Amino acid sequence: MSAISRRKMITRGLAAAAGLSGLAVAERIADRYGLVPPDHGGIYGPGETLTYAAQRLLTRHSLAREFSRSQISNPPFAIETAPPSDHFKRLQADRFKDWRLAIEGLVVQPASLSLDDVKRFPVRRQITEIACEEGWSYVAEWVGTPLVDVLRAAGIMPQARYVVYFSIEASWWESVDMADALHPQTLLAYAMNGADLPVAFGGPLRLRVPRQLGYKSVKYINRLAVTDSLERFGKGLGSASPEGGYAWYAGI
Amino acid sequence: MAETTWSVDRSTAVATGTDAPRHAALVRVTHWLTTVCFFALLVSGLEIVVSHPRFYWGETGNVLTPALFSFPIPSSRATVPTGYGYVLPDQNGWSRYLHFEAAWVLVLTGVLYVIWGVLSGHFRKDLLPDASDRPVQAFSRALARHLRFARPVAADAWSYNLVQRLAYILVIFVLFPLVIWTGLAMSPAFVSAVPSTVTILGGRQSARTLHFLVSVSLVAFLLVHVAMVWFAGFGTRVMAMITGTPAPTRGPE
Repeated sequence: MSAISRRKMITRGLAAAAGLSGLAVAERIADRYGLVPPDHGGIYGPGETLTYAAQRLLTRHSLAREFSRSQISNPPFAIETAPPSDHFKRLQADRFKDWRLAIEGLVVQPASLSLDDVKRFPVRRQITEIACEEGWSYVAEWVGTPLVDVLRAAGIMPQARYVVYFSIEASWWESVDMADALHPQTLLAYAMNGADLPVAFGGPLRLRVPRQLGYKSVKYINRLAVTDSLERFGKGLGSASPEGGYAWYAGI
Repeated sequence: MAETTWSVDRSTAVATGTDAPRHAALVRVTHWLTTVCFFALLVSGLEIVVSHPRFYWGETGNVLTPALFSFPIPSSRATVPTGYGYVLPDQNGWSRYLHFEAAWVLVLTGVLYVIWGVLSGHFRKDLLPDASDRPVQAFSRALARHLRFARPVAADAWSYNLVQRLAYILVIFVLFPLVIWTGLAMSPAFVSAVPSTVTILGGRQSARTLHFLVSVSLVAFLLVHVAMVWFAGFGTRVMAMITGTPAPTRGPE
């Protein structure tokens, strides 16, 4: 009787140990292949990691749906943002002539680009849908420079794992992994529906990430940082969203 | 006459059922895991609806486009015209985290249950209607019994009747797969890999509306399910789903 229960206990202990070390190994491997999101801690960490890992394995190279011109929403809907700062208003009064996009971090040649510099890169036009986590959506044509072209021109260092991007408005920043940063549809968008990108929609420069929900498409971009780790940014959760209770990865 | 055959059938089930538990351990565990996940999904899903209580059909929809239907409730977003002079606090952050975590547990539980259900013969024995029950008359008779709230026969404590079997088949093989599908159809990353997930449904907003309507159907099932359990003897039936044995009496009295 006691022998059986001892044997049972040993087997169970071994099984538990194997399970735990299995989990540890799985986490190592997942981390190595970029399958663990920066907000993987806490009670929602396991679900978030499963979502991010599964979607990354499934969607590394997939293209967001593109639509026909007849499907463009008219009018599009601009969600309200906080009133612009005085700094922004001064740049706007000058028609954004002095707007600069800084590119820094793990690049061979850090740069500071004007809007005209950005527009000299290859142009991509795409009609995609932007969907808010709240539930609403619209389709529009965005025109801009693929982020990958700007990054390649600056020279991405091999250890790069994420691109962090900042709005000119304080405490508004996000980041994406290299799969999204180098994705051909990730645009530094400066025009929309045949005109300059309106301020309400993020003009003069918005990062459009069409494979993720709207909150990853940060408005008024003025700084990009290429990095191997998100720990040095904010609280180390990857972006301002997890600091406000929202998931870093917004592919669902 | 047919009624007699039916009772005889069931008493055989009673006789063979007394040795095994009423519900297998795997059914019991997956039942309660699903229950917990369902409530987490329901609460977090409703919180997300509150941030935009308008539903649309087609690809796109927002406050500038006409709604298919909407709910006259206050919203957690100032951009939604609700007619209320106040905005509810934003709960979407944790709601979305919880929604997807619960969805993972639910899907994994469901996969385990379906694999076991096929291998153990649970679906064939316990859910597929008996051959004698398949004709339309048998179904209408069982449904009539159900609607009359006829007291369940003792055999019902040991096996599912026809209406139960059909309801469970509908929930397990139609409504749950549909709610998962329509949920995935709202994921911009998932549909980039498998666009037909959303195009078959007629667009992103159609998927969202269907996701809501299927969830409403699941809640309707839950209400009827709990009412039926209550009617049949709440304590006994709930204990049977926890311990496996309907207490205190076994089989026909």
